[in-house]
Amino acid sequence: MDLTLDNIGHSYGGVEVMRGISLDIPAGQIVCIVGPSGCGKSTLLRFIGGLEQPAIGQVLQIGSPPEGSLNPLTYIFQDFALLPWRTVAGNVSLVLEDHGLPKVEATRIIDDVLARTNLTDFAKALPKQLSGGMKQRVAIARALAVNPAVMLMDEPLSALDSQTRELLMDDLVDLWTRRPFTAVYVTHNLNEAVRLGHKVVVLSRRPGTIREVVEIDTPLAERALGDPELETKQKHLWTLMRDEARAADAELLNV
Amino acid sequence: MFEGSSAKPVTFRGGGFAPVSRRWVGVFAFVLIILVAEWGTRAGWISALTLPRPSDVLATFVELYQSGLLFKHLGPSLSRLVVGAAIGAGIGISVGILIGLFSYIRSGLVPVVAAIFPIPKIALLPLFVIWFGIGEGSKYALIAFGTFTPTVVATYGAVDNVDRTLIRMGQSFGLSWWSIVRKIVLPGAMPGILSGLRISLAIAIILLVAAEMLGAEFGIGAYILEAGSLYDLERLFVGVVILSILGVIVSAIIGLIERRVLRWRI
Repeated sequence: MDLTLDNIGHSYGGVEVMRGISLDIPAGQIVCIVGPSGCGKSTLLRFIGGLEQPAIGQVLQIGSPPEGSLNPLTYIFQDFALLPWRTVAGNVSLVLEDHGLPKVEATRIIDDVLARTNLTDFAKALPKQLSGGMKQRVAIARALAVNPAVMLMDEPLSALDSQTRELLMDDLVDLWTRRPFTAVYVTHNLNEAVRLGHKVVVLSRRPGTIREVVEIDTPLAERALGDPELETKQKHLWTLMRDEARAADAELLNV
Repeated sequence: MFEGSSAKPVTFRGGGFAPVSRRWVGVFAFVLIILVAEWGTRAGWISALTLPRPSDVLATFVELYQSGLLFKHLGPSLSRLVVGAAIGAGIGISVGILIGLFSYIRSGLVPVVAAIFPIPKIALLPLFVIWFGIGEGSKYALIAFGTFTPTVVATYGAVDNVDRTLIRMGQSFGLSWWSIVRKIVLPGAMPGILSGLRISLAIAIILLVAAEMLGAEFGIGAYILEAGSLYDLERLFVGVVILSILGVIVSAIIGLIERRVLRWRI
């Protein structure tokens, strides 16, 4: 299933936050969206998943989601959004319970996604017992459980320290390599964008428009820390963003 | 580094502001108060009219227990408390959740609740007698009404405080409205609802005595009122102590439920 964003524009209380955004999200690719703070990247992600409605334009779904997809558009949130009163397995179970799956099938899915995210030993732990990285792994497991057509990731690694971030990026690359998934990945971290993105979309400051779409052809599995080509891409992204970021920074002060 | 008198340890400025509960100190406080009262009444610097002697109160209590009247009074009181508080808290929690979830219900009912909260419910007892009869009905109604308002306020406050990102998460996974309420809103509001129940159940005990002022032959409240009108301080205090113990037990039960239901909290 592909997604197409068709000329999306939006304003909040008279302030135009984005304008004329058209973008294709092809199946099996990770599309990263980067941009200065306040450019509306998270808002755009909420439009894509139907949590908010754009004032202008529409998000189109092309083709049907894969067989057995319980929730085609599935989010992974920056703050994990785990229920603190449920165990790791319980949090994954939450998103399956409304679908009337037989108990055996639900247990099989839970066991499978926990195994894929290396959480099998933590199935009975409560979120408060887990580190930030583990919590986000649970959230990823929960997202995988509903077999999404597109994963919508809203700064999923921004609440983590840099070591954990590296580890989780490796995990995501592994997951993708074993079974390619489609994702829209919003981040302000250019390093994450060049490590995970097949396509990096650079948004301008408010009102957000697409400045450039940078394609990165190196296969995900071969992108290592300190790869010179990635460094070049990252530098290029930064030159694109620097002036925007500075302007956005100054702009916020005048609001 | 440690030359002469210029080196001195940094003064400790932290600590405090973090009370922890010390076991037995509470019991010690009770024992101390009772001992002082006993000593005072025996030594004579507290007159018998000011305060009954604790040992006499205990003797009266034992007498009450042996005569079998204790349970004759306690039985009806407990059933009034349980039924009244269950009705009040049940409706209160439901209405509180509705206020927390629906704009129109909130706009309509919040002012109504604010208007009935400060009414001394005891003042409405005659009205309840007319509405629900002189029997148990009016007593249930008074206790239920008294527990209802604080429960509503605590519940909708608790629902307001449920983490919105969790609700968005539920929606983003396509959970049904009812699932979101049952699995996210309700457990998320539980800490606030339980601490609200602490207050409403204490109020229920207070109102129990008021409810038994009219047309109750048996009940702790009736017992206290009868003792009060005869100026029988020993019996009055027996009744008061029973109510206190009831309060402590109720609070302990809620503590137990909290520890069970809220194990997920830090």
